[in-house]
Amino acid sequence: MRVVAFTIITMQQKYWIFLGIAMLAVLAGNFAYPNYFNQSADFLNAKFGWQVPHFWDQPYVLGLDLQGGVNLVYQADLSATEDKAEAMQGLRDVIERRVNLFGVSEPVVQIQGEDRLVVELPGVKDVAEAIEMIGQTPYLEFDEQRAEAESQQILDKIQEVQEAQAAGKDIATVKDWELALQNPYFKPTELTGKYLAKTSVVFDQTTFKPQIQLNFNAEGAKLFEEITARNIQKPLAIYLDGASIIDTTGDGIIDGNDIYAPIIQDKISGGTAVITGNMSPVTASDISRRLNSGALPVKIGSPISQETVGPTLGAVSLQKSLWAGVYGLLAVVLFMVIIYRLPGLIASVALLVYVAVVLSIFKLVPVTLTLAGIGGFILSIGMAVDANILIFARMKEEILQGKSLPASIAEGFGRAWPSIRDSNLNSLIVCAILFIFSTSFIKGFALTLALGIVVSMFSAIFVTRILLMVIMGPRMEKYKWLL
Amino acid sequence: MSFPFTKYSKIYYIFSGMLMAASIATLIVFGLKFGIEFTGGSKMELEFTEIRPSNEEIAKSLEQFGLGEIIIQPTGEKGAILQLKGIDEETHQKALAELNALSDVEEKSFQFIGPSVGNELKNKTLIAITLALLAITAYIAFAFRKVSRPVASWKYGVTSLIALVHDIIIPLGVFAVLGKYYNVEITIPIVAALMTIIGFSVHDTIVIFDRIRENILRRGMGDFPQTVDGSLSQTLGRSISTVFTTLLVMIFIFFFGGETLKNFSLALIIGIAAGAYSSIFIAGPLLVTWRNWDEKRAK
Repeated sequence: MRVVAFTIITMQQKYWIFLGIAMLAVLAGNFAYPNYFNQSADFLNAKFGWQVPHFWDQPYVLGLDLQGGVNLVYQADLSATEDKAEAMQGLRDVIERRVNLFGVSEPVVQIQGEDRLVVELPGVKDVAEAIEMIGQTPYLEFDEQRAEAESQQILDKIQEVQEAQAAGKDIATVKDWELALQNPYFKPTELTGKYLAKTSVVFDQTTFKPQIQLNFNAEGAKLFEEITARNIQKPLAIYLDGASIIDTTGDGIIDGNDIYAPIIQDKISGGTAVITGNMSPVTASDISRRLNSGALPVKIGSPISQETVGPTLGAVSLQKSLWAGVYGLLAVVLFMVIIYRLPGLIASVALLVYVAVVLSIFKLVPVTLTLAGIGGFILSIGMAVDANILIFARMKEEILQGKSLPASIAEGFGRAWPSIRDSNLNSLIVCAILFIFSTSFIKGFALTLALGIVVSMFSAIFVTRILLMVIMGPRMEKYKWLL
Repeated sequence: MSFPFTKYSKIYYIFSGMLMAASIATLIVFGLKFGIEFTGGSKMELEFTEIRPSNEEIAKSLEQFGLGEIIIQPTGEKGAILQLKGIDEETHQKALAELNALSDVEEKSFQFIGPSVGNELKNKTLIAITLALLAITAYIAFAFRKVSRPVASWKYGVTSLIALVHDIIIPLGVFAVLGKYYNVEITIPIVAALMTIIGFSVHDTIVIFDRIRENILRRGMGDFPQTVDGSLSQTLGRSISTVFTTLLVMIFIFFFGGETLKNFSLALIIGIAAGAYSSIFIAGPLLVTWRNWDEKRAK
């Protein structure tokens, strides 16, 4: 397989492709680093009163080691569980609900392997509290409606406390202020997750609509019978970890406005109940899974590994490493121009396209950047020009043998291709192995390196070739010393 | 015109053999110092705001927690790295409060790795490195399947495997020495660096083998040592250039990059330099030596 496809590119196509590459370079460059564009826009807007918009600004996603935060790995105890995958999904769901309460930006809760759970909390302040909250056993409760008078009493108390607060008084001075902390509409019953044996989604025989079937244990069946008997035609609210079991308002967040409370139709004996209603199978299985995670709680205890990074450490390393990368890039450019002259300059332009494109992909995917990942990327800058070196060395050889310039360029690319292909495939194999057999930390490194290899093939072969074709017309025969 | 590389094969083998023997000896005598991600335990990276208490003071303030041996390593002007057995978050917070009482301190990072996680990572790393080596050997044997004469293509694979082992044993030996005298640990980034060396240092070997393949296919077998010499001479310039650009960026990272990338770049610098040497002076000449052996045996 040789790169012969290029020879059929006509003169006109060549300029169109060149234009395309130039546009890609400008777009990718500004996307990767929009500061210059935005500053110019601000300058023009201020000077001429124009309305030049800012460039699309999407931030890089930084790993925990760069922005600070905590990474926790938990081992779940699944010995008592039958459906392990389902139990892990439930656990992940429960932990995710809790983690969202921390208010950190973009927390990650991931299942790793069969029974591990990885929790990442960027920028979290109180790690001890986070660990404590994550480690708690999920708590499922069934709450009945309060009498109207009781509700009013609590609502009045809440108002009283709020007024006291507004007046700058200590809320503890309000009599029975603790009452204001209670849910004004529902009160807990004795029925909790430990009385629930299992929940599953079943389909109605005639309407084929999904329903949620609850099976209580013997004790639970008795409690449920009592509760349903005294609450006919009233709602029974279900809470998991003190929050609604599902987002009922449909705003994407579970908060105090969400209450999931099916209406009790009749007294239910025997310990089996179904919740019906207009719900999609997805909603039904979400609810069922959450009921199950409260019924058959999976224990995770304390983390088996923890990594906490302060906010300052990463920032300093990042700054230093980025500058080292910039110096490295300049040094490579200098080397290429000195050794390979005009083609070296072209390769340097292609290298800049490479840097812009890779950085843009980091933002678009987005790739979580760790310090090792950035190390891998800077390393790939040094490797990206390797293909160019092989091609140019070959071109020089052909020119020395007396071949014409276009023929030498074609031979240079054609002959260097097998070794470029083989070496890069080899590196991709290593990246794949690294990716499969390692922790998330190295996965990021392997991914950035692999991405670098693929993009560098594009920049070092395709981009360089088009630039060479556009610049090196027949008139260049006179300036062979530039090669 | 070409330099008679293969004529001096013995000198290269002795030089590399000595380096490898020294590396293996340090590995056996000193062993590798593994980071806590492999051994399990806890590690605290601290920066004191005013003055750094002495190691004895730090150890004494943590005595009450019964943590066994604590390795305290001063860093920079006011920093310290504490390595101790695995502790939970509660003990960690208490220990931190105790240290804070001693002298105002900021915790830059804290790591806790359970023992099972460490062992698992060790096994996975070993599997990954072995797999990478085998995959590359197989790939090269496959890529050069068209040149089965005068040297069988699997021998190209095995030759590059020998060169690769050479390229990772030498940095490992250096890290055994650094671990012994400067507490430098084998951490996950170092493993990543070793894997990258495996992937990268074979590039030059491929370029050289590819030239040998081209010369054989073009001009016929002729005199094999001469073909290898010619191929080595023709590709020498580009081998040095490709390695140089990569070394260049790594040297910048080593001197100017973040603290955490220092050892990562050092491993790469040593490995890639060893790789450049082995591609030129080991992989090519070994092909000739192997062929000479086979010829002698046939007689």
